[in-house]
Amino acid sequence: MYDIVIIGAGIVGTMLARDLSGYRLRLALVDRENDIANGATMANSAIIHTGYDPEDGTMKARMNVRGARMYEKICQDLGCLRKVVGAYVAACGEDEEKTLAVLKQRADEREIENVYLSGDEARSQEPNLGDEVTKVLSFPTTAVVYPWEIAIACAETAVNNGADLMLNTEVRDIARTENGYILHTDHGDVETRYVIDAAGTGAGKIARMVCEDPGFTIQPRKGEYFVLDHQVEYVKHIVFPVPGVKGKGVLAVPTVYGNTLLGPTSDPVQALDDTSTTFKGLDSVRADLNKTMKNVPYRYVIRNFAGLRPSGSTHDFVIRECEEAPGFIFAACVESPGLASAPAISEYIINEILSRSLTLEKDPDAVMTRKRPLVMAELTDEERAEVIRENPAYGRIICRCEQISEGEIVDAIHRTCGAHTVKGVKKRVRPGMGRCQGGFCEPRVLDILARELGVSPLDIVLDSKASRILESENR
Amino acid sequence: MEEKELICVNCPMGCRVRVQLEGNTVISVTGNQCPRGKKYAEQESICPMRILTSTVTVENGQHRVLPVITSAEIPLSMMEDAMKEIRKVSVRAPITMDQVIIHDLLGTGADVIASRSMAER
Amino acid sequence: MRHYQAVIIGGGSAGLSAAVTLKENGIEDILVLEKDAEAGGILQQCIHNGFGLQTFKEQLSGPAYAERFIRKAEELNVSVLCGTMVTGLNDRREVTYVNPEEGYVTVSADVVILAVGCYERSRGAVEIPGERPAGIYTAGQAQRYLNIDGYLTGKNVFILGSGDIGLIMARRMTLEGAKVYGVAELMPYSNGLPRNIKQCLEDFGIPLYLSHTVTHVYGKDRLERIEVSKVGKDLKPIPGTEMYFDVDTLLLSVGLIPENHLADEAGILMDVRTKGPVVDDNYMTSVPGIFACGNGLHVHDLVDFVTLEAARSALGAVRWLKGTQTADKVYKASAGQGVSYVVPGRINASCDHRVDFFFRVRQNFETAQITMKSGDKVLRTLKKKKLMPSVMEQLPLTEKMLGELEGDITIEVTEA
Repeated sequence: MYDIVIIGAGIVGTMLARDLSGYRLRLALVDRENDIANGATMANSAIIHTGYDPEDGTMKARMNVRGARMYEKICQDLGCLRKVVGAYVAACGEDEEKTLAVLKQRADEREIENVYLSGDEARSQEPNLGDEVTKVLSFPTTAVVYPWEIAIACAETAVNNGADLMLNTEVRDIARTENGYILHTDHGDVETRYVIDAAGTGAGKIARMVCEDPGFTIQPRKGEYFVLDHQVEYVKHIVFPVPGVKGKGVLAVPTVYGNTLLGPTSDPVQALDDTSTTFKGLDSVRADLNKTMKNVPYRYVIRNFAGLRPSGSTHDFVIRECEEAPGFIFAACVESPGLASAPAISEYIINEILSRSLTLEKDPDAVMTRKRPLVMAELTDEERAEVIRENPAYGRIICRCEQISEGEIVDAIHRTCGAHTVKGVKKRVRPGMGRCQGGFCEPRVLDILARELGVSPLDIVLDSKASRILESENR
Repeated sequence: MEEKELICVNCPMGCRVRVQLEGNTVISVTGNQCPRGKKYAEQESICPMRILTSTVTVENGQHRVLPVITSAEIPLSMMEDAMKEIRKVSVRAPITMDQVIIHDLLGTGADVIASRSMAER
Repeated sequence: MRHYQAVIIGGGSAGLSAAVTLKENGIEDILVLEKDAEAGGILQQCIHNGFGLQTFKEQLSGPAYAERFIRKAEELNVSVLCGTMVTGLNDRREVTYVNPEEGYVTVSADVVILAVGCYERSRGAVEIPGERPAGIYTAGQAQRYLNIDGYLTGKNVFILGSGDIGLIMARRMTLEGAKVYGVAELMPYSNGLPRNIKQCLEDFGIPLYLSHTVTHVYGKDRLERIEVSKVGKDLKPIPGTEMYFDVDTLLLSVGLIPENHLADEAGILMDVRTKGPVVDDNYMTSVPGIFACGNGLHVHDLVDFVTLEAARSALGAVRWLKGTQTADKVYKASAGQGVSYVVPGRINASCDHRVDFFFRVRQNFETAQITMKSGDKVLRTLKKKKLMPSVMEQLPLTEKMLGELEGDITIEVTEA
């Protein structure tokens, strides 16, 4: 019997798991995927928006402004990367400049640092900004992060504090009991007093297991992106067009590791798992980007991908207790700016919802911080020499593009919430993120995984349980 | 009389060679740019021959498999049977390059030999 | 800081050949740095035959070709440091490498030769729409799994791109019991050598779909199905031409790119066409004392030419060390009509030795008229049959022609 089961190990679910693991509670984090952060958390723009965009009076506005301000400490506590790069919202012509004025007023009211730049001033900082851009609203405190790094770090902290992580566990149905709920999963039943539905694109389906009309439906929107190699530094700031009906538009984003993200599109899709890229989508990224940017070096594209935002019919986050089902809490429709809002959503659910009916007692033994894994690239020459002397595996480079050592990969496998798939290793320590996209290192990573997990290479998967890489022993 | 056009596989040039045949007898070869091309075309139009390369299991070696190659061309039509033979074989490191792995493969006169040396693990 | 006469980055076919040539020319203090656990580079997984026809007048397998050079290097006491990754290079010819035994080490050298090889273009670089399941590999990756690690990647295979590795893998996987449904090539001509079309596809009845590409991949976990479409002259898919193949494996053989990040880091001038460094008649890059050769300079069709070019770059390094040439005036050598690139791209006016250009044509030519010009002056014309983009061409700039140089050099090819 758990006190709380969180469904969904994305950024919202893991943030909640970490925060709740600081209390004396029996906690479980359940996800149908084979790894943490495999949904929207894995495929988004990785931006901590400052909160000027959502309209007044929305949950989005409230959560975003608060959440963004919490990230600096969270990243410090969890040993996660956060890079303050600043954001430019670029207007072309008088009409768009009017929209900038609205954003500026909102930002001022919300005490978000901002400054106007002329088109030329902005271009002097950002030479690839399009010539049509007449005025820029700059938000110097906007940061970028590695969203899945934070989610994994949160999950790790929660598990170290005693929470149970159940991956590959799909909730098929939920039944009410006297004191709470029974979750019928494909791996047996799980009993709990409270349930938090943070299931991303699956949140609507989960919600309907306990109530007929939760007041929202998930209408996912697909976003397609290009990724540029870090060999080229295309932008220093995040560049947005002025927001329109389709959301924040197509951006150019410098990532924490120096890559550039170009995208996303924003197209409604029917299937809750349609993460396929399309010619049309990628063409529209190229076309839309022309509005704000120039000289896009597409020859440096190393990857394209698509992610689903769990957008809701409400156009706002749904963060509340279900009226029909006490103890069942929605953390649903968390589309952009969901990443930036996640810490505030967690805080809100704990302080404003759970605390009303649940006694929350701090656990004095809980450790809310996490030590950053050893990253060779971040060490001084002396430190590296020392580390390799102690363990030569840190001197054996496996990923030549990103220069990741065997020692770092082995660490990622054996950590709490460690990697057991090729993609899991890639998410944690980045082999395969570079220009060759794993062409060189994948066989070597697979070999290390098999050795460290004590299984046959045939059993190592790319990502999901059925995503086998090798068919058979040949001889 | 029959006429065939072949692409010579001897070298990267990939010459297009024309062969005139009377039954199993070659009447003429044209289009080749070297004597090897003529020889190839004559053989190819009667019984195509190829080098076969593959791997065999190696125990205790640096790698799981050892690359092997036939010491001479074998009939293309025998590839499948040749692979069956190769699949049966397992060797033990150390191996030296050109070491014979299968002697006289299926009576073709060609040996299957090691493509490389392989030290013990 | 340990100083060497020469540091060679890469212990594959180019690096070993360069090392052997340096030794044979009196350069004794050499260090070869190889990232893999053994020397030989990509040849170790290219177990098919066809290597060495130019160099040894024999048809060797890749590993055998490599082993001959490894032995030669051993005989000459060349020290090859395996399991060693080079992580840094600067314009002062300082090389930083790392291995488990020594950790991070920085050394300097009179000359550095980049023999770094190339990497395969991945799915991300070619925009194949659809899902991201397991079962999509670069051809070389599947080749490594099969020929080094001993694992078959799938049973039902399709190949995108007619590059040589893809063709070789079509045959190899067929012989190992997989069914290869076909090879799709975006261009109206093959990117692989004719002999590979013949003996890897035709021998086994594997169809080659020219002017076709993969337009969608399906499968949540493992690849289940692909959509292949015909493309028009604009290389865009033509609606209504879709074909479907239920395959679990898609191999990509869609091009190779010189591994150029070290050169880039050292501030070396790059050629946008080859994607490798620009080199002069000594194979020296824009940074004095740093030389480049092999697939890290431009992608070759045959290993024999890699060996040859690496030896030339080593001789260039020897020449530069002796200081017999002055860098007074430079003529550029560039690709004219019908030609995609020319290497070397610069000829020193003081050059006193024959230079052999490597170049590739942009499209197929039945009977090609090849013209080499210096300024407006025609240095040489010749006719040659059957030129194709998959085959590298050579053209010498003789000592006599060097005396006749009037300006920048261009090589152009037209249909005669």
